[in-house]
Amino acid sequence: MIKINNAKKTYDEVAIGPLNIQIPKAGITSLIGPNGAGKSTTLLMIGRLLNMDDGQIEVAGMDVTRSKSADLAKVLTILRQENHFVTRLTVRQLVGFGRFPYSSGRLTEEDEAIISKYIDFLELTDLENRYLDELSGGQRQRTYVAMVLCQETKYVLLDEPLNNLDVARSVQMMEHLKHAANEFGRTILMVMHDINFAAKYSDRICAMKDGKIIAFGKVREIMDSHMLSSIFDTKIEVIEGPYGPIAIY
Amino acid sequence: MNKLTIGTQSKTRSSKAFRTKKEIRKYWIMLTAFVVLGAFAAWGLLVYKNPVPAYSPSFIPVARRRMYAVISMVIAAICQSMSTVTFQSITSNRIITPSLLGFEALYTLIQTSVIFFFGAGTLIKFSGMGAFVFQVTVMVLMCLILYGWLLSGKYGNLQLMLLIGVIIGTGLRSLSTFMRRLLSPSEFDILQARLFGSVSNSESELFPIAIPAVLVAATLLLAYSKRLNVVSLGRDVATSLGVKHQPSIIYPLVLVSVLMAVSTALVGPLTFYGFLVATLAYQASPTYDHRYIFPMALAIAFLVITGAYFFMYHIFNAQGVVSVIIEMFGGVIFIITILRKGSL
Repeated sequence: MIKINNAKKTYDEVAIGPLNIQIPKAGITSLIGPNGAGKSTTLLMIGRLLNMDDGQIEVAGMDVTRSKSADLAKVLTILRQENHFVTRLTVRQLVGFGRFPYSSGRLTEEDEAIISKYIDFLELTDLENRYLDELSGGQRQRTYVAMVLCQETKYVLLDEPLNNLDVARSVQMMEHLKHAANEFGRTILMVMHDINFAAKYSDRICAMKDGKIIAFGKVREIMDSHMLSSIFDTKIEVIEGPYGPIAIY
Repeated sequence: MNKLTIGTQSKTRSSKAFRTKKEIRKYWIMLTAFVVLGAFAAWGLLVYKNPVPAYSPSFIPVARRRMYAVISMVIAAICQSMSTVTFQSITSNRIITPSLLGFEALYTLIQTSVIFFFGAGTLIKFSGMGAFVFQVTVMVLMCLILYGWLLSGKYGNLQLMLLIGVIIGTGLRSLSTFMRRLLSPSEFDILQARLFGSVSNSESELFPIAIPAVLVAATLLLAYSKRLNVVSLGRDVATSLGVKHQPSIIYPLVLVSVLMAVSTALVGPLTFYGFLVATLAYQASPTYDHRYIFPMALAIAFLVITGAYFFMYHIFNAQGVVSVIIEMFGGVIFIITILRKGSL
């Protein structure tokens, strides 16, 4: 469970929060909302990459600001959109860093097996000895996702995992994440821009606007013409598609 | 996706620092070659063209003087290579050097102020243990204040620190340039000689402090390699992996400042030497792992400095311009790197 209790962050002009929400364990939860609504800020505060000005956030009973970073790394991992990458670092070595919280850099045979598992899971097997700068953007994105999964934390936070991916790659990525949530029992919380992707693959959707959480519930509760139109201040029509509700805009 | 194949682990799949056996072999061959060549050059510096025969009583003083120079080279090599590699890793930037933090400008300013305020006689006397300890302390203190202030609190930002470092460096440099304008030509000459990096300028009585300080700092950095690997992935990824960013960069930065301060106070400013060595070391070691980059950088640093001195002293008979040559090569490589990368 991710518990956010009165979390606040104030930038010069805008204020995010106070946020209060309890995101249950398991499944995929998507954060949606217009630009500047505070989705990424919320994600970064949960992932302890951004200090909040007030309030508390607990992940699996651990206070993210007070717990030791090394302990949190076994419970929670976060991936941002852009990552600066090191030269002469291979796909497999980067994924191997996911084991750092457990091995402190001394990889055991067990670690190697886990690394192989996630490389295969994200279909990076043929690329595993390539350097990161020899990969396409999408392949690099998958590599970073493999690394955070390799960390084997119950909670996985992703900031726009579909950024820079084409439709086919996006579908593939979402399938992988769905599998990760179902097969490995991960709780995935991610910021999504595409409402229809969020609708198809999420279990729950949390909608934010102007720094506040304005709706949180099952996909069908949020995927509603009236609801979406008011969240995005744009006319959005939801119709029933072959795979569930679809937003037309 | 075939589930049966997921996670199959064969002997050939590993996440070790090198991809193939060939790369490992290449790395060790190059490292050995550099060490041997460096040792060869050092040996050459000690005995080649020694004006007195080995059985003569004056052989020992000559060899000793040369040995001190070689020891200074070892110290400079350790300091510059380790601190540059570390600094580039924590800043995630491979075209900057710790000189950006203003060590050299501060060193120049101290030397210039001494001659400006107290005259040439005082500058000549301004050497030995006291002056050395004083300069190292001032330089390390300046860095601690700068890092402590800039990296903690609200503006905890590495880019800002670098920018302010550059500005402070420029400010200090202008201040010393201004003072130098007012010096008489003869005083200026003495100062200029002092400000060229040179191992022959270094004094052996400083070794009892310099050597332990450098060895301790270098060992601590080596022991820190694994964390440095994570830190070089960037702040966000490192934090997510459980490595707290701020302490993990301040600690190595303190060690870097000790190394840089000792090196600058001992052999004078060397701006591009560290850069040259680090760039060559990355080329020669096909890995991200600092446990392998550090030794390679060190071996190359030693070879570059001993090699350069040997050639300039004994082949070309051009003493005193060695650091100029090293800096020139460093500068050229620097420009090539920037042009080739096309961006920062």
